[in-house]
Amino acid sequence: MSSSTPVIGVLALQGDVREHTIALAEADALARPVRRPEELAEVDGLVIPGGESTTMSKLAVAFGLLGPLRERVAAGMPAYGSCAGMIMLADKILDGREDQETIGGIDMIVRRNAFGRQNESFESPIDFTGIEGGPLQGVFIRAPWVESVGASAEVLARLTAGPAQGHIVAVRQGGLLATSFHPELTGDHRVHRLFVDMVRAA
Amino acid sequence: MSTAPPVSTGTPETGTARVKRGMAEQLKGGVIMDVVTPEQAKIAEDAGAVAVMALERVPADIRKDGGVARMSDPDMIDGIINAVSIPVMAKSRIGHFVEAQVLQALGVDYIDESEVLTPADEVNHSDKWAFTTPFVCGATNLGEALRRIAEGAAMIRSKGEAGTGNVVEAVRHMRQIRADIRRLTTLDETELFVAAKNLQAPYELVKEVAQHGKLPVVLFSAGGVATPADAALMMQLGAEGVFVGSGIFKSGDPAKRAAAVVKATTFFDDPDMIAKVSRGLGEAMVGINCDDLPETQRYANRGW
Repeated sequence: MSSSTPVIGVLALQGDVREHTIALAEADALARPVRRPEELAEVDGLVIPGGESTTMSKLAVAFGLLGPLRERVAAGMPAYGSCAGMIMLADKILDGREDQETIGGIDMIVRRNAFGRQNESFESPIDFTGIEGGPLQGVFIRAPWVESVGASAEVLARLTAGPAQGHIVAVRQGGLLATSFHPELTGDHRVHRLFVDMVRAA
Repeated sequence: MSTAPPVSTGTPETGTARVKRGMAEQLKGGVIMDVVTPEQAKIAEDAGAVAVMALERVPADIRKDGGVARMSDPDMIDGIINAVSIPVMAKSRIGHFVEAQVLQALGVDYIDESEVLTPADEVNHSDKWAFTTPFVCGATNLGEALRRIAEGAAMIRSKGEAGTGNVVEAVRHMRQIRADIRRLTTLDETELFVAAKNLQAPYELVKEVAQHGKLPVVLFSAGGVATPADAALMMQLGAEGVFVGSGIFKSGDPAKRAAAVVKATTFFDDPDMIAKVSRGLGEAMVGINCDDLPETQRYANRGW
């Protein structure tokens, strides 16, 4: 592993940008907000935060970011998306708006607001393949889940209890990582460390 | 409080403080719009709103019509919930915990215990810890914000003066909250006890704010935003997002203005962008000079 400090952008169109920025800094990366194509060009990797995916998608189109985002992801830039960010990295979504665009990159079908409304939002321990030190605390907020993945995508976590038991909630495909839940809200930065390592290795 | 480690039971747990406060974190950098019909809700969603507030009348009409303002009709809230895929908020009267119970039963995503409606209890606010649905409450200063958080509010908004189209009170309240927070961070630990007494807020919350230099929950602005520049102003003053009430659907071209306010909130620190999105929006809502409002018509005085 290289000892250099990677520069990781956080897509700052809308959402919990601050929490991801803090988590990345604590995982020894240099975090920067990205709202413009020229800012995207300067980062080694990108976090797509939690937020409202329809708003993010709309603003990415309006500000000419969607094309550059797709190009960089296709060219191999590592990216990590939590919640709305997972939706943005999905090749196909269900229950989105008809005009809702994603960046894509992970061969998976993601269902938006899959668990229900805010009253159904929950936290639950998550066993995460490749992360040591015991289960993570998953915070799911009007969260999506993964309906299915293609052959090239690896499932890293499923829910093991509750009404949605068995559903896929974390996926990796090459340099792309996605979680239904929000590790940035917990103060446990192991998922961000995993992603920073992925950026270093890229 | 927000940093306390969870007690893991191994099974999914709903309605935790982290899930409630975390929901507000996801709305940051976004605009929440007042809507009174499913059609307006769709316009708001099309414009990029992060959530809508379902109401029977916007505050400007509540002002005009007078009378008692109450929770909206459940059919009307259902209609809006079914029209959009983004979160839907709705208002209960201050202290009217049964209205709040009804809103929770309807499945709204956030309850605004709001001074815009006529208060139902002039002493107590609702006990917001008793709900799975999170609450947002208004505040004019830090003490008020912390009292609401102590009662379980998972999000705070500056009150401003709703339905006026005049941003002056929103600015006053946001500046006050932020100045109160800055002052706390300059005090030593011994002085925090008296600070808590003066703020009329729980010591533990005062200490947490002094340590972190911010509220333990998300802080939005509300009450008087009518233009993209108003929204950007509130963001530059430290709001983490913006509620727009009457400002959009009381204007000449709601769809265009709504989209412009969303863009100005994302690029709040970029005057060129704010200038660009502010062009050709048609007429803004007329607005009311707050100095002309009699004390009894000032909604910000409701709640304590």
